[in-house]
Parts: sequence; C-alpha cells; structure tokens
Amino acid sequence: MIGQFTIGERRLALITLLVLAAFGLAMTIAGRDDLLGGQGALIFAAALAGLFAVISAYYAPEPSEERFAQYYDDPTKVGIIVAMIWVVFGMFVGDWVAWLLVNPDLTFDAGWSSFGRIRPVHTTSVIFGFGGNALIATSLYVLQRTSRARLPDQFTPWFVLFGYNLFCLLAVTGYMAGITQSKEYAEPEWYADILLVIVWVVYFAIYLRTLMRRKEPHIYVANWYYMAFILVVAILHIVNNIAVPVSLGHAKSYSAFSGVQDAMTQWWYGHNAVAFFLTSGFLGMMYYYLPKRANRPIFSYRLSIISFWGITFFYMWAGSHHLHYTALPHWVQTLGMTFSVMLLVPSWASATNALLTLNGAWDKVRDDATLRFMMVAAVFYGLSTFEGSFMAIRSVNSLSHYTDWTVGHVHAGALGWVAMITFGAIYASVPWLWKCERMYSARLVEAHFWLALGGTVIYVFAMWNSGIIQGLMWRTYNESGTLAYSFVDSLVAMRPYYIARAIGGLLFLIGAVVGSYNIWMTIRMAPRPSGASLARPDSQPADVPALQPAE
Amino acid sequence: MFGFHYRLERKAVGLVLAIIVVASIGGLVEIAPLFTIHQTVEDAPDMRVYTPLELTGRNIYIREGCYACHSQMIRTLRDEVERYGHYSLAVESKYDHPMLWGSKRTGPDLARIGDKYSDEWHVAHLNNPRAVVPESIMPAYAWLSRTAVRTADLGAHLAALRAVGVPYTDEMIANAPADAYGQAAPDSPQAEGVTKRYGQATNVRAFDGAAETLTEMDALVAYLQILGRLTDAASKPVAAAGR
Repeated sequence: MIGQFTIGERRLALITLLVLAAFGLAMTIAGRDDLLGGQGALIFAAALAGLFAVISAYYAPEPSEERFAQYYDDPTKVGIIVAMIWVVFGMFVGDWVAWLLVNPDLTFDAGWSSFGRIRPVHTTSVIFGFGGNALIATSLYVLQRTSRARLPDQFTPWFVLFGYNLFCLLAVTGYMAGITQSKEYAEPEWYADILLVIVWVVYFAIYLRTLMRRKEPHIYVANWYYMAFILVVAILHIVNNIAVPVSLGHAKSYSAFSGVQDAMTQWWYGHNAVAFFLTSGFLGMMYYYLPKRANRPIFSYRLSIISFWGITFFYMWAGSHHLHYTALPHWVQTLGMTFSVMLLVPSWASATNALLTLNGAWDKVRDDATLRFMMVAAVFYGLSTFEGSFMAIRSVNSLSHYTDWTVGHVHAGALGWVAMITFGAIYASVPWLWKCERMYSARLVEAHFWLALGGTVIYVFAMWNSGIIQGLMWRTYNESGTLAYSFVDSLVAMRPYYIARAIGGLLFLIGAVVGSYNIWMTIRMAPRPSGASLARPDSQPADVPALQPAE
Repeated sequence: MFGFHYRLERKAVGLVLAIIVVASIGGLVEIAPLFTIHQTVEDAPDMRVYTPLELTGRNIYIREGCYACHSQMIRTLRDEVERYGHYSLAVESKYDHPMLWGSKRTGPDLARIGDKYSDEWHVAHLNNPRAVVPESIMPAYAWLSRTAVRTADLGAHLAALRAVGVPYTDEMIANAPADAYGQAAPDSPQAEGVTKRYGQATNVRAFDGAAETLTEMDALVAYLQILGRLTDAASKPVAAAGR
C-alpha cells in the first residue's frame, strides 16, 4: 500500500499521521481525568500503527509511471474486506441485543455490555461500519469506471478509508465506555464528529477531482446519487452535531439545540441519514452493479432523472413525520406527512427502473444468486418505501409510532434493501477486483441468499406482528371505558415475536459469515495482483459510459 | 426539462450546486421558523433548570441509552393521556440539550414519572428490575450504586449549558459541586444552598438511602423524580399555559 505512494505522498502521509498522533497525545493528556483520555490514546495508537507502516516502506522503490494506465482499486479491495468485518461484528452485536430482549440477563454485570450501550454499537457498526465502507469502496470503483479516469492520487483514498474507520472505531468504543450524544444515528461526540467532517471533505474532493478529469462527457447516474450522498450527509452531519463541549478535556458536549427545535433538527437529520446514506448511496450502487451484472442498459433515462431529483428534494421535508402528535407545531407535522406520501413517486420510479432493467435478463435472475440479491433488494426497496409513506400518514403513525413496527420497517429497508444490494454488489465486484472468473463457491452465494432472505422475512413479520399488537393493546378500552391492558401486559405479549426476531437476525448473521468465508476463499485463490487497465475496454460494460437518452 | 438536464449532467460543479440548493429547501422551511415563531414554545415563568445532581442523572440516563427504550413525549392521544398524564408541552423540554423525546417504547413513557414511585422503588428497580416487576426485560443497573459521582467539573457542565442558552447563574456554576453533594445529603451544610438556588420545591434527600456517599444511583433517581415536574404549565388550564 505505501509502496504505491510517490515519495511526496509518503512525506504527506508521514506529516498527516504525525499531526494525528499529536492530536491523539494532546487528547490523552487533556482528558486524563475523563473518558476522553482513552479515546485520545486510541487515536494515538492508530496514528502510531500508521506511522510504522509508512516508515517501514518509506524507502521502497517508487511506483512506476505505468500506474497511470490502470485504475486504482486497492482502496476498494480493502474497503470491501473491512466492510465484511464490520457486518459480521455489527450483526453479531445486533443479534445479541435481540436476545437481550428475550432474556435480559444474557450479559455481564458491567456498563459496557448493557443493552443501552451496545444497541448503538450495533446500529453504528452496520450502518456506518458496513454500509459506509461498502459505499466508499464501491463509489471509488464506480467513479473510475464511469468517468474513465483514474483516482487523482494514491494518498487521499487511503486517508478517507483510514480516517473513516478510525471514526467508526472511536464511535463504538466510545459507546461502550459511556460516551454518547444520545442523538439517534448521530451518537458520536464532538471530536469524532470533527474527524468525520475532515474525512468527508477529502472524500468529496476525490470525487470532484476525478470527475474533473473524466473522459466521458456525461456524469453517469450512479455518480449523481453518490454525490448527493456525500454532499447532503455533510450538511446534515454538520448542522445536527453543532454542540458546545464541556471543555477540551471532556468527551461530553451539550447540543446547541434544545427541546422542540432539537427534535426537529434531529429527525431532519435522522430521516435523511436514511435518505442520503441508506438510499441515495445505495441507489448509486444499484445503478451501476445491477445493469452491469444483468448486462442490460438502464430501462429509462428519464425515470432516473425524475427519481433522482424527487428523492433529493422531497426527502428533506419528510423528517417531521417522526414527530406526529408531539409538541412539534402541527403545520410542520402536516408538511412532513405530505412530502412523505409524495415521496412514494420518486421511490417507486427508482424501484421500477431497476426491475424493468431486468427485462430480458430474468433467466439470469433465476440462475445467478448475485443478480437475485440485487433484484430482491429492489423489491424490498419498493416495499419499504411504500410502507414508509404509509406509516408517515398521521393516523397510521398514531398506531405505529413507538412500537416494533418501526423497527420492522427499518429492518425491511436495512436488511432487505441496503444489505442485499451491498452483498450483490460485493459478489459482483470481488471476482472483477481480484481477477478471478467467479466467486470461490456459487453454492455458498446461493446459501447466503436464502439465509438472508429467510432471515429478513422472519424478522420483518415478527416485528409487524409485535408492533401492531403492541399498538392495539395500548389503545384498547374495555367496556367500562378504561384502558384494557397495562404496559406490562403488552410487554408479555411481545415475547414470542422477540424470540422469532432474534432467530431471523441469527439467520441473517449466519448468511453474512458464509459470505465472508466465500469472499476470503475467493481472494485466497486469486492470481497475484495487477490493476485493471484503462486502455482495456473489455472490463467496461457497453452501457456504462454516461447513460444516454432512451430514444 | 430533460434537455436542460442533459446539459446539466455534463457539469460537475453545476450538478453539485443544484444538489445543495434542492436539498436545502426542506430544512430551511421547516426548521428555521421554529426558532422565530413565538408560539412554538409556550411561556412558563415557573420553569426551573436542572440542579447539578439532576443534570448528572440526566447524563447517566443518556450514557446508558435509556432513551432507546423509554420515550419522554406523551402524544395528544386519549389513551396516552390516560396512561401517562397530560400530553407533553414544548416548554417542558426547553432546557433539554439534547431533547430525549425518544422514538421507541420497549418500556413505558417516562415524561411524567417524577414522584409516581418512591425512591426505594426506583433503587430496587434499577438494581434488579425483576425484583419489583417480574415480567420486566429491562437491564439491571446494579453498578450505579457502586459508582461515585465525579462532582469536581460540574461547574464546567453548567457553564457549557449556559453557553447554549440555559439560564444558570454565576452562583449556580460556582456552587455546582457543593449543590450536587448537598441535594443527596439533607443534613449536610451544603443542603441549604440547593433550595436557595433552585427553589423550595427541589427534592433534597438521600435518594439511594445512604446520605454519606454520592453515587450515580443518587443522581439517576434524582433525575427520574423530577421528570415532568420542572413546571406546572401542563397542570394549569390551557389558557394559562401561554397560548
């Protein structure tokens, strides 16, 4: 990795890591009486490990000029491997917390392992660890292919990967130690938030610099989505995390917003983390890997445009549907509901575009589990966006809110859409990246597919049942006009569904382990490396250079 | 439209700017007015700030992720009002940086849990929830009783909150560690200052049953006992709530 850096880049890496080490050390000292100290030590250790890697290869021969004739895929390869590590870890923790709801004593008598601390470890590991690394890895791959341009340099992609994973690591270790902002899906504290902003700016710079050097006149639709993902996540992240730290030696900070304004800002962030992290980014992935794997052009250029701008515009209004019947002013709730319903149009436009792209390739969907992963992902995308619009309607929300139905909805999207499209994209790209003809075992891909689908269906059905039963029990009155059930009654009724959910999650986790093994074996049997050539268009799908109008 | 887009998608910077503009509108229209429209938050002159001990408890509530299973937002629905009490008003979380409205009720809503149960019940429940509610699936938080509260830096916490708009006085900030100790040690000389600064109605007692040591259990119970009781706005007739 360092051997691929030019001398100038090695120097830059050295300076960057020294600066990082200095910050880590300063945090360790300033926060010696606080939890911040441990986080500083972690940063310091990561910087030292990086320094060791750079120094040990500092005098290695420089890369040859030939590198400019090839795409730079090593960051993508590492990103995929790291994503698979995060998914296994994150889903293991997820299933653990699921079992904790069946038997709350399946843990240790210590803070770090209690439900409230490891639940965000699960969400951060799967969303940011798995999803984020998969997005970074695939976006760098797709960006180069669809622009027919190499990444601008060797240093910045590694900076992004290293910095991003350091952010994720700070986040999950922080939660276990007891550091959290409590803002859902924005739990990391101020120092980690600042690190992410720096990483994100560099990530965006890679995108823009590569696009500037592209040889394709048009920017392909996948890149619109990846760009919307990068840009809007930056806006959301910065605004929602504005806070005042107790001091530079404290991990704790206090949000600039309070009460109703904070609630609105948080769910503007929270819902659009779903929109621009878990939807836009993965639609970018879908728009490249699905047509490529099916070997079919995108069904409709116009549908792509409509759905892209619809999603980008409508989603940002929808966050207030998380706050129906609360102290949030009614007009904001109504706006949120209205836009959430309208959102169905661009969402289904994307799902339709994906499924109709498969016309003429349905035999491949039948035979090829990789493509089937992507097809099922598009179906789940359509289903969960419909469900989302439905649940955003005020009267439906009065039943579904605060219940497991929401959890089921999120997992229909996260397991059915996000994870499935990612596994499909990873299974497609691993053989391309490591230059093998196919995955180590097609049967294991098939097994993974059925485990993932079965797990998702069990999970979602369990949560639909528990959520609706819960919601109905809370609002049931008996004949004398008083509430029929105590809260504990509703809790007892959940137990069979919590068991089913934990089993569904376990199946999904086993699938991810099978997938990791398959990927590992594929990499092991791969021939030794050489990059994909820019000049060799055979790795280039016929349809991929900028999407042309349908007519 | 499609012709325009055909040209737009050839310009990286144009596309970037278009995305930023299109994506910014929704948030601007929905969020910015919440800071300027006066009716968004009711007036409640009697609303008081959290004491240092309650704030410590609130930070423990955050640290342990209690908000993941307990909401603090009673919706304007008949069954919720009958189950949990008057629906939550915006003013009641005015000093909550951040808010803890929550999004899921694996356990019941806590917006008005204050004074509903005794301190002893809370301590027993937090030490082992199944000792008092056999069907409960809540985690046990036994280590809270074993962990001492770090009070030395509470002044800095209050100062940070003042920076984001909570009206802590210089006196409150200067006396934060003493007030935290005094609130859980009613016979100590520090106890008097708590009611002087935060009002006569402030709970001053040994929340975990032992006045000598200030534990995280003291802090968390002090916080739970004040939930829904920082202002009377919700128990007054609607007209008096500043509408």
